Amino acid sequence: MTTTVSEARAEQPTPDRPRKHTRKKRLTPWMMLAPATIVLLVMTGYPLVKMAINSFQKYGKAQIFGAPPEWLGLKNYTDTLTDPTFWAVAGRSFTLMAVLVVATMSLGILIALLMMRVNGFFRLLISIGLLLAWAMPPVSSVVVWGWIVDTKYGLLNWVLNTVTGTTDWSGHSWLIDPLSFYAVLTVIITWMSVPFVAFTVYAGLTQVPDEVLEAAQLDGAGAVKRFGFIVLPYLRSILLITAVLQMIWDLRVFTQVYTLQGLGGISSQTDVFGTYIFHLGSSNLGAAGAVSFIMVAMMLVISIYYVRKTVKDEEI
Amino acid sequence: MSVATRAPQTRAAETASVDSRHVTPGRRHSPTRRLKHAWSSTLWGTVSIIVFVCSVFPVYWMLNTSFKPNADVISPTPQWWPENFTLRNYVTVLFEPARPDRANFPSAFMMSLAVTGLTLLICLLFAFIGAIAVSRFKFRGRRQYIIALLVIQMIPGEALMFTIFGMVDSWRLLNTVIGLTIVYLAGVLPFTIWMLRGFVAGVPADLEEAAMIDGCTRTQAFWKVTFPLLAPGLISTGVFAFIQAWNEFLMALIIMQGPGAYTLPIWLRAFQQATQSTNWAAIMAGSTLLALPVVIFFLFVQGRMTGGLVAGAVKG
Repeated sequence: MTTTVSEARAEQPTPDRPRKHTRKKRLTPWMMLAPATIVLLVMTGYPLVKMAINSFQKYGKAQIFGAPPEWLGLKNYTDTLTDPTFWAVAGRSFTLMAVLVVATMSLGILIALLMMRVNGFFRLLISIGLLLAWAMPPVSSVVVWGWIVDTKYGLLNWVLNTVTGTTDWSGHSWLIDPLSFYAVLTVIITWMSVPFVAFTVYAGLTQVPDEVLEAAQLDGAGAVKRFGFIVLPYLRSILLITAVLQMIWDLRVFTQVYTLQGLGGISSQTDVFGTYIFHLGSSNLGAAGAVSFIMVAMMLVISIYYVRKTVKDEEI
Repeated sequence: MSVATRAPQTRAAETASVDSRHVTPGRRHSPTRRLKHAWSSTLWGTVSIIVFVCSVFPVYWMLNTSFKPNADVISPTPQWWPENFTLRNYVTVLFEPARPDRANFPSAFMMSLAVTGLTLLICLLFAFIGAIAVSRFKFRGRRQYIIALLVIQMIPGEALMFTIFGMVDSWRLLNTVIGLTIVYLAGVLPFTIWMLRGFVAGVPADLEEAAMIDGCTRTQAFWKVTFPLLAPGLISTGVFAFIQAWNEFLMALIIMQGPGAYTLPIWLRAFQQATQSTNWAAIMAGSTLLALPVVIFFLFVQGRMTGGLVAGAVKG
């Protein structure tokens, strides 16, 4: 005890040194976190607050060129929520999300089950295919699919002509009609998202103990019953987290929709939240702010389950 | 006999217990059973091949098209193999002359490389010291900080794009590498800190303490013991950040508006728009060049992708 004190004196003869030392120790982790925290506060925190403020202001062309923004109260929100365009966009976004989540999850689970069933060679084959699809950059994927469904020289129209033995499909545009635009979009996004679900579910499936499955089989449970009563309960949390992540990713989809619109879709009929905000922002930043705020709120509500579950699992 | 008591028994014992019950002996190996087994393995093998073909087809079609002369690409009957193999499309893309109104591949490639490299470097540095702070230090607010990192990832960039654009514009950093890098840093930091945190926590602090007992200083112990063990984690995290920045589309679209400042995804979309329905072969070559680095790096770290993304969910 005495030696420590005397040593401390010898180094730095200030009486409050121990207190300073603990304060320094307490500050060390924050000093280490400072660079990342500053970037996040400036580039995410501030824009979030600014966007929220903008959503209560009139922020049009005049303001971009320096006029002070005018306070509107809730007008941007009431305007947005009474605008049929917004509801059309919301309807499209949610329908697209629902279709995508169902398609991606069910295909992913089926492929994972298939990987459990087949031998090593076929499992490797499936893995290679899924990895390639997964690794493709979104813009490349959309452009390639756009080429496959191309009006003039696309492979799809040729296949349909050949199968039906007619020339009905020559020059058929798949992107002009909103419904068929969404069908193409669904195929593209499902193709890109299934690998993640399949690999995750497969990883989960390998954790289901064989003994329990065998026991159930011997007790006379068929494949469907074994899946429903044993595999599903084991996989419950993985499936829920994967589904929530898919919901979040599918609801905020931008790149694929925007690129596909560039390939021949009509944006006013095919906008989802992301592209709607993008197109709205060029004329009315206040309204774009209101839609953005609604979008952020939705995302946070959907992600509550994911965050809580992750915090619990990781024992933070 | 209940499932729970049977579970720990060996497979042989289980089979014996089945035989002792009402199941006809030898039924498992009856000819019909074997036939059914052979039939079902053929069926699942076929389904595996279908899954493989569906996932690989767009990638194959992209490569196939990119190696064909454009005249063959727009022929009425598709060629399933580049019969007149050519690299001219790649030459067209790679040596496309620069024009003031249009970006060319070399400049977009350099732009992408600069932004991605800088993002990677700074992000790894910031995330690394941040990850050490949250996993090696106990401090007030630590738990909240980690949860905040999770929540931030749920805020869609689509909602913040215009405020971020305004900020970058006010700093006079539009169309610059620095401007886009700052934006990307905020995008990748939360996830990289989160991912690295797992790797740092995986290296027991005891190891460092043991080295310190053996005479290392704290700094030495860290660089000589912990750091080499963290290298694989740093590489995977780095590859992840690379893929994110390389593929990013929305922010690049907004921040890099001048053709000279385009990154590769923006260039590919612009190139496709400019040459659409005249030169699909060159578009596919461009698409391949955009995808190539990502696919290579992706295959490199594929094992960690699922684990990282669903965090602790796989533990069940």
